[in-house]
Amino acid sequence: MNTIIISAIFGVLMMFSSISVKRVSAYKYIAAFGLILLLIMNIAETYGFQLFHVNTRDMLRFDRFGLFFNSIAIAATLIYILLSGRDVEAVGKNTCDLFVLIFFVMCGIGIMSSFNSLLMLFLGIEIISIPLYILTGSDKKNLKSNEAALKYFLMGSFSTGIMLMGIALLFGATGGFALDRPATMFGPLPVNVMEVIGLAFILVAMAFKVSAAPFHFWTPDVYDGAPSVFTSFMATIVKAAIFIGFIKLFEAKAPDLGQGWHIVIALMIVATLFIGNITAIFQQSVKRMLAYSSIAQAGFMMFALFSQNDTSKEGIILYSLAYSLSTIGIFAILIKMKDVTFEGFNGLARTQPVLAATNAVFLLSLVGIPLTAGFWAKYYMLASVVKMESALWLVIVAVIFAAVSVYYYFRVIQAMYFKEGEAALATEVKPGFRFGLILLAAAIIVIGVMPNLLLNWLYF
Amino acid sequence: MIPVLLILIPLISGLISFFIKDVKAAKGWALLSSLVTFAISVAGIWIYNQPANLHYDAAWLPALGSRFTIGLDGMGQILCLLNAVAMPIIFVSTYRNMYQNPGAFYALMLLTQAGMMGVFLAYDCLLFYFFWELALIPAYFLCSQWGGEKRIAVTFKFFIYTFVGSLLMLIGILYLYYKTPDESFALKAFYNVVLTGNEQSFMFWLFFIAFAIKMPIFPFHTWQPDTYEQAPTAATMVLSGVMVKMGIFAVLRWLVPVFPAATEQFSQLIIILSIIGMLYASLIAIRQDDIKRLIAYSSIAHIGLMSAAIFAQEKTGLQGVMIQMFNHGINVIGLWIVADAIESKLGTRKFSQLGGLAQKAPVLAILFVVMALANVALPLTNAFVGEFLMFNGLFRYNIWMSAVAGISIILAAVYSLNMIQKIFFGETNALTEQATEARSNVQWMLAILAVVIIVLGVYPQPMLRLTEDTVNTILAAVK
Repeated sequence: MNTIIISAIFGVLMMFSSISVKRVSAYKYIAAFGLILLLIMNIAETYGFQLFHVNTRDMLRFDRFGLFFNSIAIAATLIYILLSGRDVEAVGKNTCDLFVLIFFVMCGIGIMSSFNSLLMLFLGIEIISIPLYILTGSDKKNLKSNEAALKYFLMGSFSTGIMLMGIALLFGATGGFALDRPATMFGPLPVNVMEVIGLAFILVAMAFKVSAAPFHFWTPDVYDGAPSVFTSFMATIVKAAIFIGFIKLFEAKAPDLGQGWHIVIALMIVATLFIGNITAIFQQSVKRMLAYSSIAQAGFMMFALFSQNDTSKEGIILYSLAYSLSTIGIFAILIKMKDVTFEGFNGLARTQPVLAATNAVFLLSLVGIPLTAGFWAKYYMLASVVKMESALWLVIVAVIFAAVSVYYYFRVIQAMYFKEGEAALATEVKPGFRFGLILLAAAIIVIGVMPNLLLNWLYF
Repeated sequence: MIPVLLILIPLISGLISFFIKDVKAAKGWALLSSLVTFAISVAGIWIYNQPANLHYDAAWLPALGSRFTIGLDGMGQILCLLNAVAMPIIFVSTYRNMYQNPGAFYALMLLTQAGMMGVFLAYDCLLFYFFWELALIPAYFLCSQWGGEKRIAVTFKFFIYTFVGSLLMLIGILYLYYKTPDESFALKAFYNVVLTGNEQSFMFWLFFIAFAIKMPIFPFHTWQPDTYEQAPTAATMVLSGVMVKMGIFAVLRWLVPVFPAATEQFSQLIIILSIIGMLYASLIAIRQDDIKRLIAYSSIAHIGLMSAAIFAQEKTGLQGVMIQMFNHGINVIGLWIVADAIESKLGTRKFSQLGGLAQKAPVLAILFVVMALANVALPLTNAFVGEFLMFNGLFRYNIWMSAVAGISIILAAVYSLNMIQKIFFGETNALTEQATEARSNVQWMLAILAVVIIVLGVYPQPMLRLTEDTVNTILAAVK
C-alpha cells in the first residue's frame, strides 16, 4: 500500500514543484529522492510497517512476493534515473512532467504486483499504460516519436478493449471480480466456456503488453521511435511488472483451463523466441536489435507462466532484475553513442574502455553466461520447466534460441573489442556516469556469484 | 587448501594483470604467477598429498543444494599438473612475441587457466558447469583479439559450438538434479541417481554432445582446425594442450560413471565415430601444407583414440587415457612452440616455402624430431606408454576395431615424418637461407619438454600410480 499511495502523492507534488523549482537539473535529484523514499517505505512494509491503513476490501493483497518485486522495480528505476536522468532532461521541454509520469507508472506497478481483483488488474494496467503513451511521444518535434506514440496508443487501447471484454466475460462466469471466485455459472460442464473465452481475451491483451508473439508487432516500431531513455524504461521495469500481473492472474485461473493452456503457452513461447531471436539477427541498429531482444527475453520470461511452480516464481523475480539491470545499462551507454548502428560501436574499447567493459558485462548477462545475474535468470527459468519433466522439448528449443541470441549480442562485443574504428560519443560522459556503470556491472556480477543474497530476502 | 590456491592464484593474479600497462611487468607477473601455481600443484602431488589438504568444501548456494566442493583425485592431480606446467612453458617460449595491450593478454591467459583448474577440481556439478563456461569466455576474447586475419568469425564459430553444447548439458544437469533424492548437485549424488533406460540414453546425449564438441570428436570437430590456425599461438597451446582435455576429463568424471547403462549401449557407436575421426583426421593431416593445420588435425586423431579407449571401458585403456592426456598436452605444446618459432622467424607456416632448416638450426631440428617422434608414439617416448595402454584396452574390447584404429599410427608416422622432412631437410631456399638458430628461451623450453617426454617414456610408473584410484572409482561406478 505504501508504494501505491506514496508514489501517487509524490507524483502530484512533484508536478506542482515545477512551478517553484526552475532549475531543470534539479528534477532528477528530486525524483531520485522520491524513489529512495519509496524504496524505504516499501521495504518497511515488507517488514510489516504500514503507513496507511486502507480497507481494500480484499481487492488488493500485499504478499511478500509482490512487495519484493516492488522493491526490485523501485531499485531498478532508481538506478535508471541515476544513470539516465540527464538524458531525460534532454528529451523535451517540460522535463519535470516526464519524471512525474515515471512516478505514476510506479503506482501502477504497485497495483500490478498486489491486485486480487480483475478491476484492480485493469486499473493497474491502465495506470501503467497511459503515462507510457505520453512518454513515447515526449519528443514532440520528432516525427518518429509521434508516430510511435500514436501507434502505441491505438494498438494499446485496442488491447485494453479486448481485455475489458475478457474481464466482463469472467465476471459473467464467476459472478464477481475477485480472482479466487470459482466459475459457477453454466452448471456442470467440464470446462466453463465463458471463463475460457474470457481468459483467452485477457491472455491476448496481456501478451500484447509484454510483446509476446503473435502480438508483438508494435514493439520494434514503438521501441525504436520512442526516445531511447524511455525505451529503456518500457522494455525493462514496466514489462517485468506486467509479467508479474500476468503470473498472478494465471496462477489463480490456469487450473480451470486444463491441458490446453500449456499447449497454447508453449506455442506462444516458441513463436516469441523464434521471432525475437531470428529477427534480431538481421538488425543494423543496436536499438532495434534490443527491441527484438526484448521480445526474445519475454519468451524466456513466459516460461514462468508455463511452469508455475516455486522455482518459476523465484525465477521471474531474478529474471526481472537481471534483465532490467542489464538492459538499463546497455541503454544508458547506447544513449551516449553518436551512432547507434553496430558499426557505431567499432573500437569503443579503445576510446572508452570503461563503457566497453561494462557494456560487455551487460551483454554477457543478457546472453546468460555464468558469473552474471543473467545466468541465474535463465537457470531458474529452465529449471522450472525441467522440474515438470514433461516438456523437455520446450527447454531444448529455448536453449537453441539462447545460443542464437549469442549471435546478435556478441556482435556488439565484437564491434567494441575486435573491430577497428573510432566510436564516438554524442555527449561527454561524466566520471559519475562511469562510476555508476561500474557499480551496476559489479552488482550484476555479485548476484551472478551469490544469487542467494537476493533470494534469501524472499523467504528470510 | 591446495585446490583453493590452484584456482585463486591464477584468478587473482589474472585480474590484477588487467591493470598492468608495462610489457615487461605484465610478462614477468604472469610468469611469476604461473610458477607459483606450478609449485603448488607439484606440492599437491608429492608433498602435501594427504586427503585433508586435497579437498575443500564450503557452503555456496544452500537453497539450491549446491556446494563449493573441490578436490583433487589422481586424474585431477595429473590434469592440474598439466595445466600448471603448460603455462610457464608457454609464457617463456612465447616471451618474445609482442602483443598489443599485453596486460590484458596475460590476464586472459591466467583467467583461462583458473577456469580450467576449476573444471578439473569441481566435485559439484553446478560448480563444474560454472567453470566449464568460465574457461571459455577468456579464451574467446584471447582468440578474437590477438589472432589471425579471420579470427573473429572463426572464434565465434568455436564459441557458438561450445555454447550450444554446454546449454544442452545444463538441461541434463538440471534433470539429474531433480532426480537426486535430496536435490543436490554433488558428484556422489549424481553417481547414485537412478534413471530409467530411456532417461539415461537421453541424458547421456545431452551431456555427451557438450563434451564431444569440446574434445572434439568426429563429427563435431569442424570448429577446431580453423580456431587453432587463427588463434595466437600462445592461446592455441592452451586450447590444444589443456582445454581439449576438459572434454575427455568430463567424460571420465561426469558421463561414464553417471550413465553406465547408456555408456554400455552407445559405446560401440562412439568408438566407431572416434575411429572414423582418427582415420579421417590423419588422412587430412597428410594433405596439409600448413604446420598449424597439420598439428590441429593430428590432435583430432589423438583425441579420437582417447575417446575410443574410454568407451572400451577397460582398466588399462582408462589408465592409458589419463596419462595420455598429460603426454599429449606436453607433446602438442612442444610442436606448437616449434611452429611458432619458425613462423616468427620466417613469417611463414607453409611447408612449400620451407626446407633445409636443419642446416641452419640443428638444435631446433633435434628437439623437433623428438617432439614429432613422440607424436608418432615411438617407444621410449611418453606417448608410447599411453597409446600402448589405450590400444591394449581397445584390443580387449574388440580386435577388429583395434586393428583399424592401429592404421592411424602408421598415418601419424606418415604425416609427422613428412613434416620433419619438409621443414628441416632438403634444399634450403631463398627464405630459409637467412634462418638462424631459435632463441635460447625456445631451446630451453623444448629441451625441458624433451626431457619430460623421454623420462615419462622410460619411467611412467609415478603417473600410472596416480591414475589407479580414479580408474577403480570409475570402473566401480560402471559395474
